[in-house]
Amino acid sequence: MKTFVLHHDKCTGCSLCELVCGLTHYKKNNPKKSAIHIERKFPSPGSFEIHVCNQCGRCKEACPSEAIIERNGAYFIVPEKCNFCGICIEECPLGVLFTHKDLAYPIKCDLCGECVTVCASEAIQWSE
Amino acid sequence: MFGFGGKTLRVNLTERKIEKGKLDPDLIKQWLGGRGFIGKILYDELPRGVDPLSPGNKLVIATGPLSGTFWPSAAKIVFGTKSPLTRGYGDSNLGGFLMAELKYAGYDLIILEGASAHPLYLFIEDEIVELRDASRYWGMGALESEVELKKELGEAFQIATIGPAGENRVLYANINHEFGRQAGRCGMGAVMGAKGLKAIAVHGTGDIPIYDPEGLIQITKSALQHITSQPYFKRFRLYGTTDITDWCQGMGVLPTKNFMYGQYEKAEQLAPEPMREKILVRDKACFGCPLNCANYTHSKKFSTFIDGPEYETIGMLGSNLLLEDIEQVQYLNYLCDDYGVDTIAFGGTVAFAMECVEKGLIKKEALDGIELHFGNFEAIQAILKKTAYQEGVGKLLAQGSRDMAERIGRGSEVFAFHVKGLEFSAYECRGAPAMLLSFMTSDIGAQHTRSWAIVQDMDMGRDNIQGRAKLVIELQTLRPLMEVFGVCRFPWLEVKLDFGEYVKAFNAVTGLGYDKGKLFQISEKIWNLTRAFWAREVEDFGRKYDLPPGRVYEPLPSGPAKGLHLTEEKVHQMLDEYYRLRGWNQNGIPTEAKLRELGLERIAEDLNKLGKL
Repeated sequence: MKTFVLHHDKCTGCSLCELVCGLTHYKKNNPKKSAIHIERKFPSPGSFEIHVCNQCGRCKEACPSEAIIERNGAYFIVPEKCNFCGICIEECPLGVLFTHKDLAYPIKCDLCGECVTVCASEAIQWSE
Repeated sequence: MFGFGGKTLRVNLTERKIEKGKLDPDLIKQWLGGRGFIGKILYDELPRGVDPLSPGNKLVIATGPLSGTFWPSAAKIVFGTKSPLTRGYGDSNLGGFLMAELKYAGYDLIILEGASAHPLYLFIEDEIVELRDASRYWGMGALESEVELKKELGEAFQIATIGPAGENRVLYANINHEFGRQAGRCGMGAVMGAKGLKAIAVHGTGDIPIYDPEGLIQITKSALQHITSQPYFKRFRLYGTTDITDWCQGMGVLPTKNFMYGQYEKAEQLAPEPMREKILVRDKACFGCPLNCANYTHSKKFSTFIDGPEYETIGMLGSNLLLEDIEQVQYLNYLCDDYGVDTIAFGGTVAFAMECVEKGLIKKEALDGIELHFGNFEAIQAILKKTAYQEGVGKLLAQGSRDMAERIGRGSEVFAFHVKGLEFSAYECRGAPAMLLSFMTSDIGAQHTRSWAIVQDMDMGRDNIQGRAKLVIELQTLRPLMEVFGVCRFPWLEVKLDFGEYVKAFNAVTGLGYDKGKLFQISEKIWNLTRAFWAREVEDFGRKYDLPPGRVYEPLPSGPAKGLHLTEEKVHQMLDEYYRLRGWNQNGIPTEAKLRELGLERIAEDLNKLGKL
């Protein structure tokens, strides 16, 4: 199954992954609507950490509304079924289900891979 | 209105009043954004002759149409004001993340006016905009106050702060952001400090409306593909601007000992590879940038983290002060950032002071016991602190090299490296006439970004002046558009991303359908407006304000450019040609015909009334 391999040490914190994610999924130029999030640790130690879903499926198990489905190894939220109870967000072991005030359901990575295509640092890559 | 958040803020510090407004679509069509907005607003709103550090001056902050969008390196925000250092038009741009955050909060333009006797900071979180008490931050270093404000407000906030130098109105105080990014030039921090504003803290969550999102995705993906496939891409990412330290040393244009020489015999340790090996922590990027030129460093010796030093700082605080240890340069960079002073202007000013001491023009007794001479790292630290706090001899240095030379006199102006009061960036120009002309004619003073022509100088022959005026005008037309769009120039400059792609992106974002010719015309209009601002504000403004320090007429004593120098005749010839091609008169004032051609009729009338035309 395809997943992402993250090289935190290569990340330069440029946010192109966050930008393309929001644009691809919501047609909005808004990195705050992204399923990938770069954490910045400055001034010390001066590092970045990439936060994105590893498709473990725990959210699907936890969802009481059956609003999360699996397809080809990726878990998707079905907005029509989601009542935004927040259980998946709480249950996510990596804390990578995000929210935005414009959206009535969590933002979740669907493994589309657009972030991989724009990352000039190769900090996020595909692994078979 | 595509490409913008659509809102403006007018913040009156005297009355503590915040007025929200809508961005005028005509302002976009006519002036596009960034420094276009700034020039127009400063010209229209500032009363003629306003004292830059008085409540009557304004500090304008503008984003551009591309800033914050999915376009490579669209990270720039521009600050503008009547500069306290030059007393003319001043702007300075800043990378990092502040601009994106501000635009996501929905604001494209902030006009700060008046002054508060009590320290305040501007808090912006989407719709919530407040002036808040900053007394607990006042007095803190710029870097420290960024840490503390993030602790108070959260990591999601982007912060711009001034340090003690801004609070104390050092004329070249800057505005800091992201632990090492600055709006460095022209004294933006002094104006902010004079207004009693310690910081700006922004968090935004909104969208930037894009005219053609699909089109933008396509154009940007193809731009990214171009960028990452260029041969220079990998190397530039490793070294950023420091990669030219070696080149400048090799060409003999590395400023050394207050621009006496163009080569520094101990430059080895300042070179990019040893610097990377010794102090690099990681490569770091501004918003949306695949080139990540920033070198985030840590000095073990001094326990300091900083984004930098960049090449200009290595030149001005390293070779120009005869410091060979990159960790010492890193530490001085850190101190300058934390005090909140421009490394270029401070480097130029302290080098000037050192030469004055060497020549006996500043008496040792006037130095508060500081042994100020080239290469004395401890003395530089001591005088920097005194400068930031305007104590003793620091009061003199806080005025910058032009005012110092005027006060000291006795021929010192020959080696005071400034134009229009702004200190030179780090290029020795005796064998680089186009670079010299760039410094002479830049609309903020001797800054390198408006026209960086030093590479072309090497190709065009270092001992002639042919074609330089034309080249400099071309660069001064294209490059400032980057600061209008709100993007960094490096993808265009370093990895040859064609300007035509920028035009495509501009149109995909805004839907305005402008071609290159139209954009160049607006750029020329902005250039003439800022020139008119100088003519209006400075009583005897004209050609003499475009002249370089006299040292450029003395032959370079050593290095590959040994013996090269300009003559007064050549300098005036370059200016003659430059003015003619610009459509300006022989005193360097835009002609009425040129102003009318550009649609600046009202400015022509103003200058006419003042007897300037």
